[in-house]
Amino acid sequence: MLWQQLANGIAIGSVYALISLGLTMVYGILRILHVAHAGIYALGAYVGLFSFRLIGNFWLSLIVGMAGAAIAGYFVERLLYTPLLHLPRIAPLIVSIGLFTALEEAFRIVAGPHTLAYNARVGLGDLSIGSFHLTETQILILLVTLAILIFLWAFLTKTRTGLAMRACAQDPETTSSFGVNVSAIIAVNFLIGSAMAGAAGVLIGVYDNQVWPTMGSIPAYKALAIVVLGGLGNIPGTVLASIVVGLAETFFIGVLAIPFPRDAVAFVAMILVLMFKPYGLLGKA
Amino acid sequence: MISGYLVTILITIVIYAMLAHSLNIITGHAGQISLGHAAFFGIGAYTSAMLYTEAGFPFWTSVPLAAVVAGIVGALLGVPCLRVRDDFLAITTMGINFVVEAIFLYIPFFGGAMGIGGINLPKWFGREMTKPEYFFLILVVFVFFLLLDRQLGRSWIGLAWASIREDEQAAGAMGVDVVRFKVLAFILGSAIAGLAGGFYAHFLTFIMPQNFGFGQSIVILSMVVFGGIGTRWGPIAGAIILGVLPEISRPIMEYRTLIYGVLLLGMMRFQPGGLLGPESILSKTFQRTIYRLVSPE
Repeated sequence: MLWQQLANGIAIGSVYALISLGLTMVYGILRILHVAHAGIYALGAYVGLFSFRLIGNFWLSLIVGMAGAAIAGYFVERLLYTPLLHLPRIAPLIVSIGLFTALEEAFRIVAGPHTLAYNARVGLGDLSIGSFHLTETQILILLVTLAILIFLWAFLTKTRTGLAMRACAQDPETTSSFGVNVSAIIAVNFLIGSAMAGAAGVLIGVYDNQVWPTMGSIPAYKALAIVVLGGLGNIPGTVLASIVVGLAETFFIGVLAIPFPRDAVAFVAMILVLMFKPYGLLGKA
Repeated sequence: MISGYLVTILITIVIYAMLAHSLNIITGHAGQISLGHAAFFGIGAYTSAMLYTEAGFPFWTSVPLAAVVAGIVGALLGVPCLRVRDDFLAITTMGINFVVEAIFLYIPFFGGAMGIGGINLPKWFGREMTKPEYFFLILVVFVFFLLLDRQLGRSWIGLAWASIREDEQAAGAMGVDVVRFKVLAFILGSAIAGLAGGFYAHFLTFIMPQNFGFGQSIVILSMVVFGGIGTRWGPIAGAIILGVLPEISRPIMEYRTLIYGVLLLGMMRFQPGGLLGPESILSKTFQRTIYRLVSPE
C-alpha cells in the first residue's frame, strides 16, 4: 500500500517535473512567468493525439507532439515575449494569461469540448512484484522522464550550448559580450522547454486516456507553485519540488484521506515554504 | 424608467469598477502585483452573507463589517506577502486565492459547493430597496472612493506609494517606511474589494465559491490593465468595456472567451500602457487635440 502510493506519487511528480522544468528554464533566462506554458502542454497532447490517429504508432506520436509544442513555444517567444522584455514584469505576465485563455478556447473550438481518448498501445506491459504494481503507463512516464532528465543534464553540463545557456541565465549582457548569440540561446531554451511540456502532455493524455481543452488549467497554476517552491529558475530545485508535491498529494489525499482539494496542496506547501525560505527550497537570494 | 436588464448590467459594472479600482490601489499605485484579488471580494461577500443570514445583522451593518473583515484579512495576508517580491508575490497571492476558494468550498460552515442563499436587497423606509435605488446607492459609494483616491494621490501616502512602485530600495533609503505603506495599500485595496463583495452578495442574493476563484481575479486584473494600470479612470473604463462586452457579444457567445483572451494579449502586446495609459494612442490624440485648441496657430 505504502509502496504503491510511493510509486503513484513519483509518477505524478515526474510529469509535474516535465512541465515545470520548461517553466523554470524560461524564468531563469527571461524572468517571465510563462503561464501559457500549460497551453503548450495541452497543444502537445492534441498534436500527439491527432498524429497518433494518423500514424498509429505511439512513439512517433510522442516525437511529433514534442516537435509541435517546441515550434509553438518558439513562436510565442519570438512574437510575444521578446518584444515586451523592456516593459515592467506585469506586461508579459498578462500577455501570457491572455494567450493561455485564448489557446484553451481555440482547442475547444477546433477539437470540440469533449474529452478525446488517447488509447495508445505502448508495448511495455505491466510490472508486478508481490503486492507492488506498476501499470504500463506509469513505467512509460518514469522511463521517458528519466531519459529527458538525463538528456537535459548532459546538454546543460557537457555541451558548449548548454554552458552558454547557463551563462545567459546568470548574466545575459556579459555572456553576450563574450560573443554568445543570446537571442539564439533564448530560442533553444524555449524549444527544449516547450518540447518537454509537449512530452508531458502526451504522457498525461495516455496515462488518463483522455485529452481535453482545459487539461492545462490546473497544471498551469500548479506548475507555477512548484517552480516557486523549487526556487524560481533553479533546475534541481524544480525536480525536487515536483516530486515533493506529487508525493504530498498522493499521501495526503490517498493515505490520510484528508478532505482537502488535491490541487490546493501545492499552494499550501508553497506558501508555508515561502514564509521561511522566501526564495524557495533550493533558491538563493 | 430603466429596464430590469439594463439596471442589472449597470450594477454589475459598478461592482466591477469598484473591484478594478481597489486592485489599482495595490497594483497600480503601490506597484504590488496581486493575482488573488477575488479572494478578498469573496471574503467580503461571505462575511456579509453569513452575518445577514446566520447572525441576523441588517444590510447596513453587515456590508461595512464585510469591508472591515476583508481589510483585516488583507493586512494579515499582506504581512507575509512583504517577505516575497515581484514574481514570488504574484504567485503567492494566486496561491492565497486558491486556498481561500478551497476553504469556502470544503468547509461545511460556509455552505460548501451549494453556497449561501437567501440574502436580500437592503430595506429602507420600511420597504425593500428597488434595483435602480440600489444602483444609485453603490454608485454614490463608488464616487466617494474616487474622491478619496484623488485626495490620496495628492497626499504623502500617494507620493510614498509612487516612490515604492518606482524603486523600493531607493524609497527605503530616502526614509519611506516601505512596510507600513505596502500594508496600508493592501488594507485599503482589500477593504474596498470586501465592500464590493458585500454589495455583490446582496445583489445576487446567492453566492457560491466559484464566483470568487482565480478566474475572477484575472477578470479584475484584466480590467485594470486593459484600461490603464495606475491611472484613475483607466480601471473604470476597463470595467465598463470588459463588463459590457459579454452582453453585446451574445450572438458570438461561442467565441467570447477567445475574444477576451486575444483582446488582452493584443492590448498588452501593442498598447502596454492600457487604453488610458500615458503612452497610449488615445491619450496622445487627446493631448494633441487639447494642444491644438489651446495654441491658436
